[in-house]
Amino acid sequence: MTLLLDDPTEDAPAEGVQEQDAPRSVDPGLGRVDKTFRFTVRGIGMFVLVMTVAIGGFLGWQATHTYHDYGLKFFYGTTFDPSRNLFQIAPILLGTVEVALVALAVGFPIALMTALFITEYAPSRLKSPLIALVDMMAAVPSVIVGVWAVKWLQDRAIFTTRWISQNLGWIPIFHVDGDIDAASNTWQINFIGSVAIAGLVVGLMIVPLACSVMRGVFDLAPLSEREAAYALGSTKWGMIRTVVIPFGRGGIIGGTMLALGRALGETVAVLLIITNDDTPKIQVLSGGTDTISAMIASQFGNAHQGQLAAYLTAGFVLFVMTIAVNTVAAIFVNRSRSGAGVDV
Amino acid sequence: MAPVSTTLDRPEQRSTAAELEAREVSAWFGTNKVLEQVSLTMPRNTVTALIGPSGCGKSTFLRILNRMHEKVPSAHLSGEVLLDGYDIYAPGLTVTATRKRIGMVFQKPNPFPAMSIADNVTAGLKLTGTKIGRSERAELIERSLTRAGLWNEVKDRLNQPGTSLSGGQQQRLCIARSLAVDPELLLMDEPCSALDPTSTYRIEQTIAEIVSDVTIVIVTHNMQQAARVSQQCAFFLASQGTPGQIVESGETAQIFGSPRDPRTADYVNGRFG
Repeated sequence: MTLLLDDPTEDAPAEGVQEQDAPRSVDPGLGRVDKTFRFTVRGIGMFVLVMTVAIGGFLGWQATHTYHDYGLKFFYGTTFDPSRNLFQIAPILLGTVEVALVALAVGFPIALMTALFITEYAPSRLKSPLIALVDMMAAVPSVIVGVWAVKWLQDRAIFTTRWISQNLGWIPIFHVDGDIDAASNTWQINFIGSVAIAGLVVGLMIVPLACSVMRGVFDLAPLSEREAAYALGSTKWGMIRTVVIPFGRGGIIGGTMLALGRALGETVAVLLIITNDDTPKIQVLSGGTDTISAMIASQFGNAHQGQLAAYLTAGFVLFVMTIAVNTVAAIFVNRSRSGAGVDV
Repeated sequence: MAPVSTTLDRPEQRSTAAELEAREVSAWFGTNKVLEQVSLTMPRNTVTALIGPSGCGKSTFLRILNRMHEKVPSAHLSGEVLLDGYDIYAPGLTVTATRKRIGMVFQKPNPFPAMSIADNVTAGLKLTGTKIGRSERAELIERSLTRAGLWNEVKDRLNQPGTSLSGGQQQRLCIARSLAVDPELLLMDEPCSALDPTSTYRIEQTIAEIVSDVTIVIVTHNMQQAARVSQQCAFFLASQGTPGQIVESGETAQIFGSPRDPRTADYVNGRFG
C-alpha cells in the first residue's frame, strides 16, 4: 500500500543537485520613508485606541467606587435625588432611551425619504446642493438648535402633542395628566419640556448622519439590477422597492443605529428643552423627563466628592450603551457593502 | 404528484409575437452622435441578429427599441420605433407598458439577489403591480422556467436564491423572468458573452424554441452564433469618428453567403473586428 505512494524524501536525495526546496523571500522590505510613515500612522492610530480604552477604563474604575457606595441599586433603583444622596439611575436611563426612541421615530422616516429622494428622484444638478444642505444641518451647534426649539418649535409642537394626547390618550404612553382641554393657555404647562419635544429635536439632529449613511449605500445599488427591473416594465417606485431598498437594508439599519448612538448622547439641546423630572414615567407627551447626559451636564458642578464617581458611572453606562449600539451598526453597514450586492 | 409536462401547454397565453420596425433612428450621447438614420424591420416570430464591431451602436440601437436608452442621462434620439405599427415613443403608450411588451435580457446575468428563484421569475408581476393567485403563480413559474429550458434543473430548489445558480442558469432564469410577463418581443444584448460554450448552446436552444411565440432581436459578437440562431441579420458599422449605420441587412443566409457590401464580407469572414 505505502509503496504506491510517491514519497518525495526518497526521490530528492537521488537527484543529488537539489537541496530541500524552501520558499524564497521576495519581500524587499520597507524603505526609510515608508518606515517613518508607518511608525507615525501606527502611533496616531494606537493613540486614538488608547484614549478610548483609557476613558472607558477610567469610567469603569469609577463604577467600582459607585458600586461600593450605592450598591447594585444604583442601576435598577428608581429614586434619583442627589440632595438626599440617593443615586439610582433607572428613571434617567428610561428617559434617555425614550428620548432616543422618539428621535428615531422622527428621524428615521425623514432620513430614509431624504436619502431616497436625493439618490433616486432629485435631478442630477440638484444632488450636490441637497447633500450640502443636509450636511449643513449637522453643522448647526446643538445649543443653537436647543434655543431654537425652546423659543420657537416647542410653542408650536405642543399643539400637536396635545392633539395626539386628546385622541390617543387611552394608550398609556400618550396619556397626559392635568386639564389638557382647558380653554385658556393653562393646558400648555402639561406639555412643555416633554420626552416627545426633546425627541423631536434630537430626531431632526440625527437626520444628516442617518441620511448620509443610507445615501451612500443606495448609491451603490447595482445598475444592472436597476436596469433589470426597468426592463420588466417596473415603475420607479417598484424598482426602488425591489432593488434599492433590499440592497441598502444593511445601510438603513446601520445608519439608523449610528443615529441612535448619537441620539443617546445628545446633551445640550435636550438639557435646554426638558423640564427636569427624575421620577420614572412612560408618558412621553407629558412634560418633564431627564437623560443621562443632560443630568450629568446640569448636576456635575454641584456634586461633592463622593457623588462625582456616581455621575461618572452614569456616564459609563451611557458609554457602554453607545459603544454597543455603534458596534452593531458598524457590523450591519460593513455586511451590507460586502454581502448584499452580490455582483456576479 | 402529476408528471411534469415538458410540452409547452399554455392555453391562456395572451399575447403573440409582434413586429418591430425602426424608422430613421438616430441617437446621441450629449453632442456625440452614435447612430445615424438606422431603419430596420424585425419581422414577427423571427430572430434578428445585430452584428458588427464594438462601438458601432448595436447595443444603443437595441436599448432604443424598449426605451432603455433614455435611462442614460444626456441620451437623446430621433426617429420612430413602431411596435405593430404604433410608435412606442408616441404619447399614447407609457414607458412601463412598452417595456412590459418588449422584454430585455442583458449581457451579464442579473437576477435579483435578494429573491429566490421562484420570486425572480414572478418579479415582473410584482414590479408592475399585477396580482396573481397562488396556483396561477405556481403554474406561471413552471411554464416560464420550462420555456427558458431551466425547469428540470431547478424544480426542486425554487426557494433557493437566484444567485445560487451557475452563470448560464442565471441567464436562463433572467430569460424566464422576462418571459413571465408575456412579452411580444425579447431583446437580447450579447446574452452569451459571459457564458461557457455549453451554457451558450443551451441558450441558443431556448432561443430557437421561444421564437415561435416571441420575436427576438439579439446583439452578438459571435459570428457563428448569429449564423446559427438568426433568420434575419443586420450589420452595423461605424467608421472612424462617424456615427454607426447599418451597412447591410437581410436574410442571414444571404448576409453570410453572398454579402453585397465588401465590408460585410470582410467582417463576417473575420477579416476585421
